[in-house]
Amino acid sequence: MDMMLKPVILWTDVLIWLLVISITLFLSQLRKNPESREQWHQVFSSRTGMVTFVIILSYIAIALIDSLHFRKALPPVPGQNTTYYSNTVNSVLDIFLGEMGETKERTYSAPFSLKSYAKENMTDESGHIYRDYPDLKYAGSHLSDNSDFSKDLLIQSLKGAGKGLFIGLLLCALLKVFTHRQDLPWSSAMVTILLVCTLLGWLLHVGNLYHVLGTDKAGNDTLYHSIKGIRTGVLIGTLATLIMMPIAITLGICAGYFKGWVDDVVQYLYTTLSSIPGILLIAAAILQFQVFIDLNPDFFEVGLEKADARFLGLCFILGITSWAGLCRLLRAETLKISQLPYVQAAHAFGVSQVGILHRHVLPNVMHIILITFVLDFSGLVLAEAVLSYIGVGVDSTMPSWGNMINLARTEMSREPVVWWNLIGAFAFMFTLVLAANLFSDLVNDAFNPKKRQERGA
Amino acid sequence: MLAYIIRRLLYAIPILIGVNLITFILFFVVNSPQDIARAHLGEKYVTQDAIDHWVKEKGYDNPLIYNPNAAGFSKFTDTIFFHKSLSLFTFDFGQADDGRDITTDVRTRMGPSLALAIPTFIVGIWVNICVALIIVMFRGTRLDKAAVVLFVTLMSISGLFYIIGGQYLVATLWKLVPISGYQTSLSAWKFLILPVAIGIVSGIGLGARWYRTLFLEAADQDFARTARAKGVSELAVLFRHVLPNALLPILTGVVVVIPTLFMGSLLMEAFFGIPGLGSYMLDAIRAQDFAIVRTMVFVGSVLYIIGLILTDISYTIADPRVRLN
Repeated sequence: MDMMLKPVILWTDVLIWLLVISITLFLSQLRKNPESREQWHQVFSSRTGMVTFVIILSYIAIALIDSLHFRKALPPVPGQNTTYYSNTVNSVLDIFLGEMGETKERTYSAPFSLKSYAKENMTDESGHIYRDYPDLKYAGSHLSDNSDFSKDLLIQSLKGAGKGLFIGLLLCALLKVFTHRQDLPWSSAMVTILLVCTLLGWLLHVGNLYHVLGTDKAGNDTLYHSIKGIRTGVLIGTLATLIMMPIAITLGICAGYFKGWVDDVVQYLYTTLSSIPGILLIAAAILQFQVFIDLNPDFFEVGLEKADARFLGLCFILGITSWAGLCRLLRAETLKISQLPYVQAAHAFGVSQVGILHRHVLPNVMHIILITFVLDFSGLVLAEAVLSYIGVGVDSTMPSWGNMINLARTEMSREPVVWWNLIGAFAFMFTLVLAANLFSDLVNDAFNPKKRQERGA
Repeated sequence: MLAYIIRRLLYAIPILIGVNLITFILFFVVNSPQDIARAHLGEKYVTQDAIDHWVKEKGYDNPLIYNPNAAGFSKFTDTIFFHKSLSLFTFDFGQADDGRDITTDVRTRMGPSLALAIPTFIVGIWVNICVALIIVMFRGTRLDKAAVVLFVTLMSISGLFYIIGGQYLVATLWKLVPISGYQTSLSAWKFLILPVAIGIVSGIGLGARWYRTLFLEAADQDFARTARAKGVSELAVLFRHVLPNALLPILTGVVVVIPTLFMGSLLMEAFFGIPGLGSYMLDAIRAQDFAIVRTMVFVGSVLYIIGLILTDISYTIADPRVRLN
């Protein structure tokens, strides 16, 4: 049976969806616990908490719909029996973005510009050759006359923003129906939703007619790349921690609970790992991983799968380097907990070791795991940019803010200066990191027992 | 205390062996010495003879970690791991894969790295502490709140952006200093001043926020309240009572960094063309030079362990109640 679309399942896609499902389950479990409900309530009772949560959620939503990949079927040649699929892998997000990814100009162009960045030889009607800035192929191609530009931009902006605003209002109405707690600042959430939706509506609509953030050296739309970079940023921030968490939790808790030689071995492991300069460990691991990928090309059907394998390797090694910190914290906390009377009592009643770890120790270190997860997120997003600059980050074919900044480095010395690639990557990255930092501070305040004590409750 | 230091140094040996083993495995698990030789000599047009010669010349012709052909104890010593990785313990770094002597390289490149790292480190801490103390003086006011928001904002900006932005503004646009480069004489200051300044500014967000939390903890303690009740001025309370008492947690974070200053800053050196150890590592990573990478990993780990020991020792100096045993 021939299909129009062939789904492409990447490892990272599977992992991020698994992560979303497990976090949903985890949160629904937490809802039963009155203490953690109280703590979440504290996080969301501040306006900052609501606003940053909505922003982070919109980033995650974009990353998720960008994590559903497929290959389009190529138009069949007469007489052919099997369907061939395009080598470019698209995601559901590409459908929303429309033409934005395909409007490839020849080279740089400034934001909203109708002309190219570089002069070219052109011939006029009478056959004379002259040099001037040529019109862009796609930007503003719907205009009959370039002088209509500002009027058209205004009309199209209103159209796009209006569409976005409409969807935003729908979302707000849904929110209104499904929320019944009156003591939370829902109005802040709604204002943020409206703003985000209006902005997105405007970007999507106008971005399909003009290059809102200009184009890069190869003529690709900068806005498109910045939006596609969201998936890379969000995934690296979450998957790196997710991958290392099972190891860190198991080893940390076992070391603290069993003590003795288990403790010695675990301590040796994390001291050894943390004494290696992180950047060198990451670089060496990624280079070797790349060698492995190059030596085994048969594993991968399309180029994107190679990039994805490297991306997964990067998440893995980033997880390893940040693993030691969490393991150390968990070990110390478990040491403390295992001395508490209720653990001793469980022991005396003959509860099995696994039972004690599962029922009495693990729930009491959950706040440490949660805090580490949110606190690490922004650092990992920033690290991706630095690693891509050094050349040991994500694959250079993968859209990421780090790759954009890396390319933008030489652009700052051009005349006139090409600033839009840097600013595009920067704006998207900064918004996410700032929101994540503010939100993680609130989570830390609410869940960290030390902080709660300081406030004097 | 001497016994303590000796014991810590002995503990370091298994850790360093582990570190070497990890780097070793990373480099040789997917890449055989033959592959490395091929990569260095050029992928195509290379004869098996040339590869064998390169492997023999660089000493990669032994088995990796266990030599079944040798007798007795040399089953373990006639191996690449023993010759290449464990010989680092004698601080014999050997030659890079392109033939240069690593020890000389490290020695000449340490200077520029330190010239950049030490001012950044010292002035950075000084600026952060000053900013934090000023903010703590105004704690609970709007200025304090605004400052915290500002710190978080500064923290959220990528380090790359500070470097690219700073270089563009100061060097390209205002032409105050050269864009990049280095001189070994005293006139190096004009190449160093911009990277140092950028390093300090980019660290303010994280640093000052951290110091603020530490100072706030100390500023609400009983001794600070008593001093205020006695009529000691706020400034004197901060400098004579709060600062010394916040010193212990400051030391934890700061002393461990000091030895690793030798390693230089990868990004700064790469962007500003400073020939230090940071750019040395970057070049080695890009060229896949195992000899240099393993040396730098070893040196970095040694420095980190020294940092941990120094931290413990500095505790006993800052707080006489702490005893090492």
